Amino acid sequence: MTNDLLVARGLVVAYGRPGGLFARKGAGPAVLHGVAIRVGKGETVGIVGESGSGKTTLGRTLLGLVKPAAGSVLFDGNDITKLDETARRPLRRRMQMIFQDPMSSLNPRHTIGRILIEPILLHGLATNRAAALALVHGVLDRVGLSRNTVDHFSYELSGGQRQRVGIARAVVLRPDFVLADEIVSGLDVSTQAQVLRLLKELTGEMHLALAFISHDLSVIRAICQRVVVMCEGRVVEEGPCEQVFAAPLAAYTRMLIDAIPLPEVDPGWLTRGASAPPAPIAQLAR
Amino acid sequence: MRMPRLSIDALTAISLRDGNRPILREVSLAVDLGEVHGIVGESGAGKSTIAKAILGIIPSQVKLTGGRIEFEARDILAMSRNELRGLLGHDITLIPQDPSTALNPSRRIDSQLTDGLRAKRGLSAKQARLRAGALLEEVQIRDPERVLTSYPHQLSGGMRQRVLIAAAFGLEPKLVIADEPTTALDVTVQKQILRLIRSLQERHGTSVLFVSHDLGVVAKICDRLTVLYMGKVMEQGTTAEVLNAPRHPYTKALLAAIPRYDRPNTGLEPTPPEVIAALRAEIAAFDVKVMGARDD
Repeated sequence: MTNDLLVARGLVVAYGRPGGLFARKGAGPAVLHGVAIRVGKGETVGIVGESGSGKTTLGRTLLGLVKPAAGSVLFDGNDITKLDETARRPLRRRMQMIFQDPMSSLNPRHTIGRILIEPILLHGLATNRAAALALVHGVLDRVGLSRNTVDHFSYELSGGQRQRVGIARAVVLRPDFVLADEIVSGLDVSTQAQVLRLLKELTGEMHLALAFISHDLSVIRAICQRVVVMCEGRVVEEGPCEQVFAAPLAAYTRMLIDAIPLPEVDPGWLTRGASAPPAPIAQLAR
Repeated sequence: MRMPRLSIDALTAISLRDGNRPILREVSLAVDLGEVHGIVGESGAGKSTIAKAILGIIPSQVKLTGGRIEFEARDILAMSRNELRGLLGHDITLIPQDPSTALNPSRRIDSQLTDGLRAKRGLSAKQARLRAGALLEEVQIRDPERVLTSYPHQLSGGMRQRVLIAAAFGLEPKLVIADEPTTALDVTVQKQILRLIRSLQERHGTSVLFVSHDLGVVAKICDRLTVLYMGKVMEQGTTAEVLNAPRHPYTKALLAAIPRYDRPNTGLEPTPPEVIAALRAEIAAFDVKVMGARDD
């Protein structure tokens, strides 16, 4: 399809390589077993799975941070798995990431201003600090942070404010694609609601493609057009959200949906599905 | 007059490190016999402080400045260390939040499970080992012998939490404090653990104080709820009352913020500014009137 921005096919990833002092011989067990995924221009795709499903590894492979043993990742027609460091550099600005824990992804010794300005200068979006600062002020206005946030350090901000900084850092570079990995899982529901709303608005305004990794299917339903369900390094189901949530094809998807506790009284919920085998996949994964 | 198992009356606490900022503001609640009572709120609501106050493990920077905690009509806060030690592990036990840090990584499961049984129940080593095996069967561990001889790192998160639940219920307590017991788990495992806690609680008639940030989780396991905001009780009632017909604007705002897969066009509502203003005013008015704080 011509509208595709990111197309990954047959991704196989195994951690552990020979050579290190304590390394096992050969590659370790595969974490991804031939995963295919596509993200259209301006599309938000949810990637859901439990711990050990490979969703974080998939995200890192899409960004070129993990080199797959097999398979390809085409970004706007270029296979980023085949590009060397220099050839990949121009693509760096166009592919950004928002991290799970902004506390550990924001350098505590740098002011928020420095954290936001440096990548702008690095990627040549502004020629001097004053111009870069003007861009930073603009993005802070947009994500709902006051301009004097630039003088603060990450530890002086609340969790929600830090996550807004993480979003600002990604979108100020005018990327085409953003990967967000569990970015609201540590937040209170009211803060989570604000961050998700902001993200939804920004993807619309900027025609941004977003791969949104989460363990929470309700969050995915709220902001994604399509969903990819992962289990043990494989895609077990993929499709438009309306379709997958209304009539999941995979038993695993059904089980995930049934396990979501909705905030309503439902006396039968706890025992429903109790006779089914108790999630062998989730237990064997570790 | 009903006699609750646990009764908290106007419990008030301040943070000594943070300019004597109030952490709990006259919190009152009662946990009845055989009831699962949920304390729900966002971060900073004071949920964990309540649990810690009951267990006598308040951090040094927190000071309880008023109120009572009564367990079966006995004042916990007035007890000596020895009296409290007799209560904890016997009548009151804890299911902790993080199953990966609550177990000693260098000791096998059997020695950790039998410790409590020998110390608190006076069993012999052999009796305790048998009882530990039976307990693991009760928490539906299929291969108790393998788990007993394992170290914690050899078990999955869900399995470790089952072991801790076995330890908590194994001493046949009257009250179990569950502090965010499923927060670290995957949803499918969470559902199994919730089912397990509820079935053990019903079978033994145990009272449970269930602390959580997740309105979905408390909806499924609690009989009654206390909604907490900044250390103050916003609303109390049966789970159905609170969730189906919330009276306090804060509860309404919380419910409106939660995304639901079955209602994709609702949820994610930001808390209305007037609700935030009213909440702040409510807290400030309380502090002026009750705590004697200056209104500034």
